[in-house]
Amino acid sequence: MFQSRVERTPAGGIRLHLADDERALLREVADELGSLLEEAPDDPSLRRLFPTAHDDEELEREYRELTRGQLDAGRERSIETLRETADRELLTPEEADAWLRALNDARLVLGTRLDITEDFDWDAFDASDPQAPEIALYAYLSWLQEQLVEAM
Amino acid sequence: MTTFAPAEVEVEEPLGVDDPEQDRPWVVIVWNDPINLMSYVTLVFQKLFGYTLEHATRLMLEVHHNGKSVVSSGGREKAELDVARLHAYGLWATMQRD
Repeated sequence: MFQSRVERTPAGGIRLHLADDERALLREVADELGSLLEEAPDDPSLRRLFPTAHDDEELEREYRELTRGQLDAGRERSIETLRETADRELLTPEEADAWLRALNDARLVLGTRLDITEDFDWDAFDASDPQAPEIALYAYLSWLQEQLVEAM
Repeated sequence: MTTFAPAEVEVEEPLGVDDPEQDRPWVVIVWNDPINLMSYVTLVFQKLFGYTLEHATRLMLEVHHNGKSVVSSGGREKAELDVARLHAYGLWATMQRD
């Protein structure tokens, strides 16, 4: 029988069967995303992380003032959780939720850089494409996120 | 079919009470984007709003097929809170007056 590599435990946690190199990759993703947010918060690849709430400029400014601090802090926490628990076999529901958010943030950044569209042609994947490593990483993170969602 | 229609009832329109705009509820809209996974979007709707899997799936499919869906509504503060919670999960959410 094929065993799922991400499964829910009877206690509601998440059990991960991931290889060491996958875990090292996840730590690296968390590191890179964390430094990007800290050092280049205006980088265009981060735009999908901060959508506008209002069309009206004044209302939007008020929304930003009200929420930006908390949103930034929440992002930092979930990325930190991914980094700290990347080696763990068992995640609490809260940690699994942080993984979901951090993986999604990483996918939003990568997907923006790669200009992913609805009809992105995965069959046309070419290993010699200079973007191939990022495309492969995007696909892996998408797969992992899907497994987590299904397990939850 | 019949309707209950009381006679001679004067209905006063609640207009001009301070700012009528203040009374209009806001709607929170989630827009389609090519990155967020359909299963993830459904899970986020369940988590944040306590919707059933069926309801959350219907809203997600509306986003997917129609490009957007109204996922919650209320006063400005509540709507802004909902938008911020959706933004925290990386969903493309906006709000506008209904």
